[in-house]
Amino acid sequence: MLRLEARPAPSRLMQWCSPLLAAALTLLAGMAIFWALDKDPLEGLRYFLLNPVKDLYGVSELLLKATPLMLCAIGLAVGFRANVWNIGAEGQFMLGTAGASGVALYFAESDSALILPAMLFAGAAAGALWAAIPALLKTRFNANEILVSLMLVYVAQLFISWLVFGPWRDPMGFGFPQTAMFHDAALLPTLLDGTRLHLGFVFALAALAAGYVFMNRSYTGFKMRVAGEAAEAARYAGFSARRVVWIGLLTGGAAAGVAGMAEVAGPMGQLTDKVALGYGFAAIIVAFVGRLHAFGSLLASLLMALLFIGGEQAQQYMNLPSSISMVFQGLLLFFLLGSDVFIHYRLRLGRART
Amino acid sequence: MNAPSPTPGAPPRLRLEGISKVYPAVVANDAVDLVVAPGEIHAVLGENGAGKSTLMKIIYGVTRPSAGTLYWEGERVEVTSPAQARALGIGMVFQHFSLFETLTVAENVALALPGKPALDELAQRIEAVSQRYGLPVAPRRHVHALSVGERQRVEIIRCLLQNPRLLIMDEPTSVLTPQAVRKLFDTLRQLSAEGCSILYISHKLDEIQELCHTATVLRGGRVSGHCRPAEETPQSMARLMIGKDLPVCEHGPAASGGELRLRLAGLSHASEDPFGTDLKDIHLDVHAGEIVGIAGVSGNGQQELLQAISGEEIIAEKFPVQICGVQAGRLSAAQRRRIGLCFVPEDRLGRGAVPSMSLADNAVLTAARSAGLVRGGFLAFARARHFAAECIERFNVRCGGPQAAAKSLSGGNLQKFIVGREVLQTPQLLVCAQPTWGVDVGAAAFIRQAIIDLRNRGCAVLVVSEELDELFEICDRIAVIAKGRLSPVRPVAETSVEDIGVWMSGLWPGAEPVPADAEAEAVDAAA
Amino acid sequence: MDASLFTSMLFATVVAGTPLIIVALGLLVSERAGVLNLGAEGMMAMGAVAAFAATHTTGNPWLGVLAGMGAGLAVALIFGVLTLTLQANQVASGLAVAIFGVGLSAFIGKPFESVALPAVPAIRIPFIADIPLIGEALYNQQALVYFSWALFWAVLWFLARSRAGLVLRAVGESPASAHAIGYPVIAIRYLAVLFGGAMAGIGGAFLSVFYTPMWVEGMVAGRGWIALALVVFATWRPLRVMIGAYLFGGVMITQLFIQGSGLQIDFPSQFLSSLPYWATIVVLVVISRNPNTIRLNSPASLGKPYRPDA
Repeated sequence: MLRLEARPAPSRLMQWCSPLLAAALTLLAGMAIFWALDKDPLEGLRYFLLNPVKDLYGVSELLLKATPLMLCAIGLAVGFRANVWNIGAEGQFMLGTAGASGVALYFAESDSALILPAMLFAGAAAGALWAAIPALLKTRFNANEILVSLMLVYVAQLFISWLVFGPWRDPMGFGFPQTAMFHDAALLPTLLDGTRLHLGFVFALAALAAGYVFMNRSYTGFKMRVAGEAAEAARYAGFSARRVVWIGLLTGGAAAGVAGMAEVAGPMGQLTDKVALGYGFAAIIVAFVGRLHAFGSLLASLLMALLFIGGEQAQQYMNLPSSISMVFQGLLLFFLLGSDVFIHYRLRLGRART
Repeated sequence: MNAPSPTPGAPPRLRLEGISKVYPAVVANDAVDLVVAPGEIHAVLGENGAGKSTLMKIIYGVTRPSAGTLYWEGERVEVTSPAQARALGIGMVFQHFSLFETLTVAENVALALPGKPALDELAQRIEAVSQRYGLPVAPRRHVHALSVGERQRVEIIRCLLQNPRLLIMDEPTSVLTPQAVRKLFDTLRQLSAEGCSILYISHKLDEIQELCHTATVLRGGRVSGHCRPAEETPQSMARLMIGKDLPVCEHGPAASGGELRLRLAGLSHASEDPFGTDLKDIHLDVHAGEIVGIAGVSGNGQQELLQAISGEEIIAEKFPVQICGVQAGRLSAAQRRRIGLCFVPEDRLGRGAVPSMSLADNAVLTAARSAGLVRGGFLAFARARHFAAECIERFNVRCGGPQAAAKSLSGGNLQKFIVGREVLQTPQLLVCAQPTWGVDVGAAAFIRQAIIDLRNRGCAVLVVSEELDELFEICDRIAVIAKGRLSPVRPVAETSVEDIGVWMSGLWPGAEPVPADAEAEAVDAAA
Repeated sequence: MDASLFTSMLFATVVAGTPLIIVALGLLVSERAGVLNLGAEGMMAMGAVAAFAATHTTGNPWLGVLAGMGAGLAVALIFGVLTLTLQANQVASGLAVAIFGVGLSAFIGKPFESVALPAVPAIRIPFIADIPLIGEALYNQQALVYFSWALFWAVLWFLARSRAGLVLRAVGESPASAHAIGYPVIAIRYLAVLFGGAMAGIGGAFLSVFYTPMWVEGMVAGRGWIALALVVFATWRPLRVMIGAYLFGGVMITQLFIQGSGLQIDFPSQFLSSLPYWATIVVLVVISRNPNTIRLNSPASLGKPYRPDA
């Protein structure tokens, strides 16, 4: 019989190996799913793993997909480290798209170089504002931030829907729920000719670097970690619990807002009611798989981007619903949480010594 | 006091043969043998970490041994669960009670009984037992409304209702006033006379001498000796327990006329915790160069008092807490630290230290400003490591170095680190809660000496402890906290353990009349 | 308001509140055992799609309910293995269940997206259904509405009166104490989690087979999360779950009636649709405002992993 035995000390090796183990198990489970669906597992793998990165354009698309994930995930990681459970990044992302779109549409006549910075600021501010609601209700009234931030995702979706069906609908858009296309001054420049990869990717890398410095080097980041690991110790040391909640939520909201801005000012070029494709929720998985660490989030974002693109490919070429990528995302998190047990325990054969 | 004479030829009530328990990191019990006769009060003696609690959990079926055999009344048995242990006739009163706070006394008792007892009938049985053994409790009250002493009675009654033939008591007196201890001993002697064997776990030598017929001494998980406590001295038993003589602290007279470092000027504060104790009009002065102790049974407002002083709980007004001349009632814990306060909390893992973080990081936890471990908003890693290394060396902390995780240290070593971290910041005022709770004898003596040395260098020290012996050993003046009120402060030389014991139930000269519900408690504690 | 409008609004409110009652009571039981399962949304989605598929295939809505329950159980079992056997973080595991369940249900449900099921006839209780105003609304209802009432009484009795309920509450309050006096904490928590999963599955089945009845991706629309909020609002008491669920049902139905009434009010429909979500937030704020309300009523070990050292 197999049984778990507590390790004397947590294993550092497993700390980093467990995401790899989880990725491998997801791969195996994916092949099993393809097999069960009567699809060729190897062909499935090709669409999910190889096709997306077979040329430079593919790689650029991968990085493009990873951009919002990296931004959302690093923002969430800051909060999660402090046990601030913002799971409404999806809604904050949407508010970010709205804030940036508002600037772009209001200054549609202008081609000032300040438009993009203004959009960036508006996106970040709108995302942070949306996250400020759970922060305020948590610090002031002790309301659970998980449920509040999640409810606000539904509200945000309805708000975007109102904007694009109502006041912001493109009069020339044949009644589609979308705004007019942004003009060039409101679009982020691309990084590589012939690809859609844009300046937002640089924002994401900068955010990861800033996140690393903040979480691992700064005193405030240290306080956040203490609050997450042992709330009583934070109180003993005199760290303000409210400030931790505010920083955790505002950082997550602002980062998700920037991701939203980069999406509408990048590949979308306009606001539509389908602007959020689940990046905010996927980023939760990214943050966990990336061990709430900046570098880990970078790798996990690439992996998740691969799953997103793989899902699109599976839909296109294998006649499978694109929601298969959500199944894989969920499986990845399951396997990660399961593998994490080996950080603290090891597997032993046979019964306890008698 | 004589051991009951066992019926000739009758097997011992309980016999352990070669019991071992191995955890991945530690051997808790190593080939332990133990024999308990019917009606015998048998002490299991040993200091913290000697393996007493693990051994009792094995007997009660909470934990399975790695090796060894149990014999119950001559029969070889395997105890696989507490339910089975109770069916055999074994009862256990836990050190950290196994009661459920939001349930009533009767519900708590029902949970440990087999079958489905009707609560009304059960309440009557509870009252019958409580009268017979002098253990007053009200069956319909919720446990969270009970004092610690009452909770222990609930635990004992819960065991007695099953007519046990062996009762295990794990450190039962740590939560009682000296007078309540007398009462408990009477109950235990009555049980013993009725033929119930008792396994009495303790590290308090005087109690064991007074109560127990025989004793088995554990050291480092192994049996280091057997003895008859009545024929031993505390010194000889201590040598069995720790392998050497009990260390004694050097304690000269306090310097007089030091400046005022802490003044509580009528501190009143309603507890945030619905099950907590409200503080009522507390007055106290602590001066430089003296150690003031606060005694009391746990749960009488110690937590609330400490949090109001440390700043973990901010109170409504400024003036009731004055630290180094500053009215500090509205200041945060971090701000109070900046004016010279250092604090050693009661809980080490999770409050005094972050379990998963390294000792270097844990140095930053409170010494960030005072020891310059943060520069320009960023962590100064090298300085933190250096500070932690100094603390490890000066305070003799046994660990894997500054990068070792706090949770990898033993209780005693972690406490030495925390005390060291606070002392190295050269505080004006040091507040210590239970500085040696759960710490082995060697580390406890070291910590006490460190506190005394700090006093000698002119620091004001406030120690809150439930161990009277400790307070009498290190303090210059002493007071008692009971039901959120503080007694007058007396020089230690002018009072005695007995007097302070009486005060612990709230009966000090000039104390306000005790409210009705507290009266029974106080009276039977004083009786 | 005329009588028939009142009756039909009451009828619709009861229907809208029913899945919330079933799901929230299930969550309440698992939370009283100390396990916080944030995956309710995913378990409901899986229950909904499984019930729809089974009903569509067999033509029998009751097999559908069974399938929904089975799907909820299966997902709850995964959650149980993660949090109880493998000691994973309950918050993270719950989120994983929510994301996975919603995703997998969308995947499984793709072929059923444009299919409709025949409506399941209501069960009319003789005589009392003839009571004016309320009879038609309360006693000419779907079987699962009656089930939700029975479930309420059962949970109420179980927690307050039964020995097993006492043990469950004890485990939720202090698993270490329960273990010390010999109760199998992990097994009890498994049962509680599985019960929660089964109820979430039935709640999902109600949505896709009785309420709408059809399958649309994302049709659970946050009801799983609202049910979680309801348990907090109810301060872990069954009666308040009932009241809260009908209040929510009322909010949902009122905004639908206003949208459908053709009243020319100058208020965007999206804002009306967001009312239930705002209501959830308001309710959380109101009940959480006094920290002692939560402290005194929530199971003390809620969300904290426990592993007996054997």
